Amino acid sequence: MNFFTADFILGHLNYWLFTILMMTGLYIVISKGNLVKKIVGLNIFQTSVFMFYISMGKISGGTAPIFPLDGNYDPEIAYSNPLPHVLILTAIVVGIATTSLGLALIIRIREEYHSIEETEITEIEDTIFLSEHLPIASQGESI
Amino acid sequence: MATQTVHYTTMALTDHLPILQILIPFIAAPLIVFIGRRELAWAIAFIASAASFVVACLLLSQVIGGGIVSYHIGGWAPPLGIEYRVDAANAFVLFLVTGIATLVLPYARKSVGAEMPERTQTLFYSLFLLCLTGLLGVTITADAFNVFVFLEISSLSTYVLIAQGSYRDKRALTASFNYLIMGTIGATFFIIGLGFLYMATGTLNMADLADRLSGQYESRTVRAGFAFILVGIGLKVAIFPMHFWLPNAYTYAPSVVTTFLAATATKVAIYVLLRFIFSVFQPAFLSETSTLEVIFYPFALLAMFAASFTAIFQRDLKRMLAYSSLAQIGYMLLGIALLSETGLVATIIHLFNHGITKAALFMGAGAYVLQSGSSFYTQLQGLGKTMPWTSAAVVIGGVSLIGVPGTAGFLSKWLLVQAALEQGYWPIAMLIVASSLLAVAYVWRLVETLYLSTPHRGQTIQEAPLSMLLPLWIMALACIYFGFETDITLGAAKAAAQALLAGSSGLLH
Repeated sequence: MNFFTADFILGHLNYWLFTILMMTGLYIVISKGNLVKKIVGLNIFQTSVFMFYISMGKISGGTAPIFPLDGNYDPEIAYSNPLPHVLILTAIVVGIATTSLGLALIIRIREEYHSIEETEITEIEDTIFLSEHLPIASQGESI
Repeated sequence: MATQTVHYTTMALTDHLPILQILIPFIAAPLIVFIGRRELAWAIAFIASAASFVVACLLLSQVIGGGIVSYHIGGWAPPLGIEYRVDAANAFVLFLVTGIATLVLPYARKSVGAEMPERTQTLFYSLFLLCLTGLLGVTITADAFNVFVFLEISSLSTYVLIAQGSYRDKRALTASFNYLIMGTIGATFFIIGLGFLYMATGTLNMADLADRLSGQYESRTVRAGFAFILVGIGLKVAIFPMHFWLPNAYTYAPSVVTTFLAATATKVAIYVLLRFIFSVFQPAFLSETSTLEVIFYPFALLAMFAASFTAIFQRDLKRMLAYSSLAQIGYMLLGIALLSETGLVATIIHLFNHGITKAALFMGAGAYVLQSGSSFYTQLQGLGKTMPWTSAAVVIGGVSLIGVPGTAGFLSKWLLVQAALEQGYWPIAMLIVASSLLAVAYVWRLVETLYLSTPHRGQTIQEAPLSMLLPLWIMALACIYFGFETDITLGAAKAAAQALLAGSSGLLH
C-alpha cells in the first residue's frame, strides 16, 4: 500500500484528525500541571474516540439507517452502520460522568489544598510525608 | 421485604440468574438513595450482596462441571444481542467478588462509622453496591463493549469511594484524582482497541470476535487493537510500569474500600485480561506477536522484585500491603506468560487465594486504624498484646502471603513453580522462590512491630469490635482452610482454566 498518495491522506482525513486530537488530549493530560487543564485534555482525548467511532460507521454515500415501516427497502441504497454511533452515545455519557466527577474532585482538592496546581499540591504532600516519617529515625533494627 | 423478592425469583426464575446477578445490586443501589435512612442503607446493602452471593453460588454449581449458561438480554440472540455467558472461569470470579462483598459489609459498619461523617454514609453503601454491580457486570458479560460500560460503572464509583478517605487524610483526594486520570486513559485505550477490532470483524460478541479474528492475526488493525486493549486493561490491573495510581489509592482510601478493592477490583481486571488473551485472541497470537517475551515476562519479574523490595521499606501497613499487591499481580502475570494449563490454573488459584489473603490483611489494617488511629508501624508497636485476635489473624494472612505450606498462598506459589519447571524454565522457578524471601522480610517486619516492640503509649488500645473480628477471622481461617482443602479451589481453577482455553476454540453456543 502506498501511504503518501493524496487519496490516502484525504481519504482518511477523519482518522488523521482523530489521531491528532487524541495525541493533543493525551499530551495535555501528561504535560499540564493545572488540574482543570488535565481534565480538559482528558475530555479532548475522549472526544477524539467519539470521532473515531463515528467515522467507523460511516459508509461513503451511505444514508441514515432508517428502514421504511413496511420493510420494503431499496437494496440499492447504502445505509451507514448505526451500531458504532449508538455505542458512542454510551461513551459520551461516560465521558460526561468522568468530567463532572473530575471537576467535583478538583473543587474538593482546592478546598483542602488551596491550590489546583500539581507542583504546589505535591509540595504540600511532601511536607506531610516528611512530618510523618522524620520522627521515626530511631526505629530499631528493620528488615 | 427484599429477601422475599429474592427468594421468589431464585425459586421461579432460575433461568434468569445471570441477569439477577447484576440487577440485585443495581436496583438496590438507587433504592438506598431513595430511602435515605442510614440504618436501612446498611441492611439493604447487606441483603443485596448476600443475595447476589447466593446467585453466584447457584451459577457456580451449574457450570462447575464444564457447562455454560448463556443468557440473551431481552431475547436478542447473540452475536447481535448482548449475551451474558457464565462458564467456570467467570462463575469462580463472581463467587469471589460477591463473597468478599458479603463479608466486607458486616465489617464495614463500624469502620465506615468511624472513618466517614454520618451524612455520607448512606451514599457510601449505595456506591459500594454500584461498584459491585460494575465488577460483576464486567465479569459476567460476553459482549466486549459491555465490558467497557461496566468497567466505567465500577471505576467511577471506585473514584468516589477512594475520595471518601479525605475525611481522614486529604491525600485521598489527589489519589482519587490521579486514579481517575489513569483509569479513564486506560478505559479509553480499551475502547480504541475495541474500535479497531470492530473495524476488522464487525462484531462485539467475544466468541464471535474469536471466530472472526482467527484468520486475521497478520492484520495491522488487529495488532493495534490488541496493543490498545492490553495497555488499557494493564492500567486497570496495575501491571508494573502502569501501577502508579495504586499505592496512594490503597493507602488513603477508607479501610473498607481498600479491602474491597484489593480483593476484587484488580482480580476482575486480571480476569478481563485472561478473557481477552485466551478467549478473544488465541494463545497462538500471543506467541506470534512475542507479547510474552517483551511485556509479560520482564514486567512480571520486575513487579515481583521491585514491588516486594519497596514493600520492605514502607512504614505504613496499608502502603506496604499495596506494594505487596503489586508484587502478587506480578505472579499472576507470570502464570499467564507461561502459557500452559498449569500456569493458567496457578494464575486463577492465585487470584482467589490472594483475594482472601489480602482481604484478611487489609481488614486487620482497618481494625488497627479504628482502634489506634493509624496504620503506621509506630502506632502498631506492641499491638500484638493489646489486640491479640486482630494481630493473630493478620499474622495468618501474612504467612499466607509468603506462601508457607499449610496456607492458601502456598498452593498457588507451588503451582506456579511447577508450571515454570514444566516448561523447563528453572531460573524463573528460582526467582519465584527468591521473591518469596522478600515477602518474608516485609511480613517479618510487621510481626516484629506487632509482637516484639514495646508500645509507645499506655494500654488504652482495646481489641477490635466483634463485628470486625468475625469477618477478619473468617478470611484468616479461609486462608488456612484453602491451604489444606486444596481440592475445592484446585477443581474450580482447573475447570476455569479449561473453560478459558475452550473459549479459544470459538464456540458460539
